[in-house]
Amino acid sequence: MCGARMNDQEQQPRREARVEPVSTARGLGQGRDHHWGEFLVENAIRVLGFSAIGFVVLIFLFLLQEGLPTFFRVELPILFGQRWYPTFDLYGTMPLILGSVLVTIVAIAIALPLGVATAVFVREVAPNWAREILKPMIETLAGIPSVVLGFFGMTIVAPLVRDVLGAPTGLTAFTGALLLAYMSLPTIISVAEDALDAVPKSYRDAGLAMGATRWQTIWRVVVPAARSGIITAIMLGMGRAIGETMAVMMVTGNAARMPVTADSLFRPVRTMTATIAAEMGEVARGSTHYHVLFGVGIILFVLTFMINLAAASVIFQKRRRGGLR
Amino acid sequence: MNNLITREDTNLVAKLARTIGASPKLATEASLAQAQAETNVRVGAAVSAGGMTIENLTAGFADFTAVSNISLEIIPNKITAIIGPSGSGKSTFLRCLDRLHEEVRGAWAGGRVLLCGEDIYAAGVDPVQIRRRVGMVFQKPNPFPTMSIYDNVAAGLRLNHFRRVPQLDEKVEQALRQAALWDEVKDKLQQSGAALSGGQQQRLCIARCLAVEPEVILMDEPASALDPIATLKIEELMRELAREYTIVIVTHNMQQAGRVSDFTAFLMMDEDRAGRLVEYGHTKQIFTNPKDKRTEDYITGRFG
Ligand SMILES: Nc1ncnc2c1ncn2[C@@H]1O[C@H](COP(=O)(O)OP(=O)(O)OP(=O)(O)O)[C@@H](O)[C@H]1O
Ligand SMILES: [Mg+2]
Repeated sequence: MCGARMNDQEQQPRREARVEPVSTARGLGQGRDHHWGEFLVENAIRVLGFSAIGFVVLIFLFLLQEGLPTFFRVELPILFGQRWYPTFDLYGTMPLILGSVLVTIVAIAIALPLGVATAVFVREVAPNWAREILKPMIETLAGIPSVVLGFFGMTIVAPLVRDVLGAPTGLTAFTGALLLAYMSLPTIISVAEDALDAVPKSYRDAGLAMGATRWQTIWRVVVPAARSGIITAIMLGMGRAIGETMAVMMVTGNAARMPVTADSLFRPVRTMTATIAAEMGEVARGSTHYHVLFGVGIILFVLTFMINLAAASVIFQKRRRGGLR
Repeated sequence: MNNLITREDTNLVAKLARTIGASPKLATEASLAQAQAETNVRVGAAVSAGGMTIENLTAGFADFTAVSNISLEIIPNKITAIIGPSGSGKSTFLRCLDRLHEEVRGAWAGGRVLLCGEDIYAAGVDPVQIRRRVGMVFQKPNPFPTMSIYDNVAAGLRLNHFRRVPQLDEKVEQALRQAALWDEVKDKLQQSGAALSGGQQQRLCIARCLAVEPEVILMDEPASALDPIATLKIEELMRELAREYTIVIVTHNMQQAGRVSDFTAFLMMDEDRAGRLVEYGHTKQIFTNPKDKRTEDYITGRFG
């Protein structure tokens, strides 16, 4: 949805101008005659809006308050060290960070081609009736609780991974990546599909009229034109993958080892989210371990924030280049 | 060939008229007279390169018939204007001529459309090949948004496997020159095509269309989104292009049809809302001496 809206704005900057009269009209209504109903509604909305912002800020402040002490209590070389043994006061977060990054990147590497291809199929190839069935089905996939997927992963995917790949255990980074790919697919497909949908018909016409085949038109004209929406789709998918906890915890084996060897993908791994979820219940409030878990939360937040920032800058750049019209 | 020479003669007449100080109107009239004389001689000219013959074309969407039973000949190296009220099926008709119509879901077409004597709807004909021979320029300028000016023009050539760069450069420049855009963009070929003005974008689309050297160029209200100056530029360009190309243009602008075209076809919908061909002939005759009452009413602005 996001993607579609953004595309619209890029292609028809004039729409903004059309919105203006509406806001002027509201400004007039607000005038001296004291429409009390309107006054109330407007202020209620304002209060709600600001309180939403307030809650976000509060949560963020809480995260900072509980997490920041980490960076003073634990020496940085240890904090970013390679060993996570809280019982021995070793809080090396590197295995966790790399674990999350590995699982997420592999998940996206699987989900991206599949997701974009499916979006192209649903939008451009499937006949009408098939699309009517596929779209709601894909959107329903997004609603499957992650614990159910985790269960499915443990009982079906993990044994498969073990048997097919000959890994010592089925609970590996790869198993987690497979599940995460599956979980981010609905988001990627539906946002990418909206982005494709928002590409004006005139571009398709231009491609076809030039003598491009249908596939050439899709790959060289329509998909590039929907690029910013597709990037948004990937970022949203990544956001979902990196923040996912339950399914990952159930299938990745949770061994906090550095995933730096060549076979790491097929060995157990432990992510930041799984660590927080598994250990938060057991720590004493105010202990170093407690603060470190919040610190991990901050790192996770920063990573997610950077992903979003990257997405935004790609879109912003494109808007600046193409937006002179 | 024959055709080219006479076209030059026509221009000579125009030039002569200009040098002896006659009004430009007289010049166009002179060239029109020339054009008429020429085409009257050549019956069945549509078989030669760039000519099209449309026989009983009927097309529509799902259960709706948009154009019904249209037959006419598009004379090569001439400009044929299609006029008619909104919804009379002009765009649908035009899109049937390069088989673009069938890309719309539920669209269908029947009848025959001959390009140089070959039926483009015959079994086994690849619509993609047809679209390379019959180019199209749309109402709203639609340069590919993610490509540079250069790539926009080169896109069609790349599809046709012109990969050798020197030749590509040459062809791109040639197309941009033909579209009268070269001087304005030669220093910023790598910039986005979307960053040009509307009129420049439209000329870029024309250059993109010319680059693959089609035989026929279809234009669907190519100037309707442009200001009068840009419109005149496009019209001038069309006259220029008609030396080498066959042009079919849809327009709502009667003056434009009168100024620019050699032949005019008037479409109008019937009670069943299907567009039918009411009258087709030399532009001068359609505008000065229409045979059908409805044509006269439309041209004089009494309806539509
Ligand atoms: N994609 C479509 N699906 C269904 N009907 C369509 C479609 N496109 C056009 N039509 C219908 O076909 C008829 C002819 O449309 P067309 O676009 O050819 O008219 P036109 O003469 O080009 O009009 P205008 O001058 O407004 O561009 C109209 O009644 C229109 O409603
Ligand atoms: Mg039209």
